[in-house]
Amino acid sequence: MKVAITATGNTLESTIDQRFGRCAYFVVYDTESKAMEFIPNPNKDTEEGAGPASVQLIASRNIIKIVSGEFGMKIKPLLDSLKIQMIVLKEPEKKIKDIIEMLNH
Amino acid sequence: MSPRRKVIRKVSNPPMIKGFKPYGMEAGKQKLETINLLYEEYEALRLIDYNLLNHYQASVMMGVSRPTFTRIYAAALQKIAKAFVEGRQISIEGGKVYFDSDWYHCKKCGCYFNNPEKEKPVNNCPLCGSQQVYKFDLENTYEDVADKACSDMCICPNCGFEQEHKYGQPCSKQICPHCKSFMKRKGSPNCRNFKNQ
Repeated sequence: MKVAITATGNTLESTIDQRFGRCAYFVVYDTESKAMEFIPNPNKDTEEGAGPASVQLIASRNIIKIVSGEFGMKIKPLLDSLKIQMIVLKEPEKKIKDIIEMLNH
Repeated sequence: MSPRRKVIRKVSNPPMIKGFKPYGMEAGKQKLETINLLYEEYEALRLIDYNLLNHYQASVMMGVSRPTFTRIYAAALQKIAKAFVEGRQISIEGGKVYFDSDWYHCKKCGCYFNNPEKEKPVNNCPLCGSQQVYKFDLENTYEDVADKACSDMCICPNCGFEQEHKYGQPCSKQICPHCKSFMKRKGSPNCRNFKNQ
C-alpha cells in the first residue's frame, strides 16, 4: 500500500507541509516494502491548477492515501472519484519520520 | 420577509459529465435556452432511478427531509421531461450542495480522514491504527469540547490513585487496586477533588 505525505524538505527530519498542491516534496512510502521516495513537486510555483496537477502526479503512482495539512476545494471531488483517501493532519510540527512511524502501527 | 433558508444538500460525487446535447434535424435550428439541472436534482435521480433506493433512504443520504427530497426529485423529472419534449440542452450545474464522502476523526492522533470506499465500514484510523474513530460532523465537535474538560485518566475518589482511562470501559466499573473502591473520571463534575479532602 502506497501512501503519499507532503513534506517541506527532502529529509526524514523535515516537517509535514500544510498545503497539498504546492508542497515542496511528496514522500511516497510503501508500507509493505518500507521503501521511501522523495519526489520534488513540479507544481510548487504554479500560479493556477497546482492541486489538480499534483493529484495527477499522485494518481499515476498508484497511491491510495495522502497525508497532508489541508486539501483545496478543487481536489476533494477529484480524489473522491479516484478513491484516494485524504488524511488531514493539522499538526505542522510533525516530522516525516514520526508520521511513517505512525503508519507502521 | 426573506424566504426560508434552504438546507444544504449532500451530494456524494459530482456527475461525470457537464450536460447533454440533443441531436437531429431540428436541434441546431432553434436557439432554445438550456435547461439547468441542479446537482441536487441529478443526485436525487441517481439515488432513486440508478441506485433504486426509496425516497426516505435517499433523503437521509442527502441530508434533507423526505418531503423536501420528493420535491427535488419531482423538479428533476419535470426538467428532464421538458428538455426531452422541447429538445433542449441540459446542463448540470449549480444548486445548494456540497460534495462529500463521510469524514471521520481519530481521537488518538487527532487526524481527520475520509472514507472513499463507501461500502467498507471504518474501524481503524488509517494513520495510527487506533480504534478511537468517530464520525465527524458538527455535532461531534461540540462533544469534543465537552470532552476536553475531562482528562483521559481515571481517578480513585478515595485514595487519589490514577490510571489511564481505557476506551469503552466506564471508569465507574473500574476498581482501584489500592483501596478497592470504584474509580471516577478525573475532572468530571461528580468526581471529588482529592486534594481538597
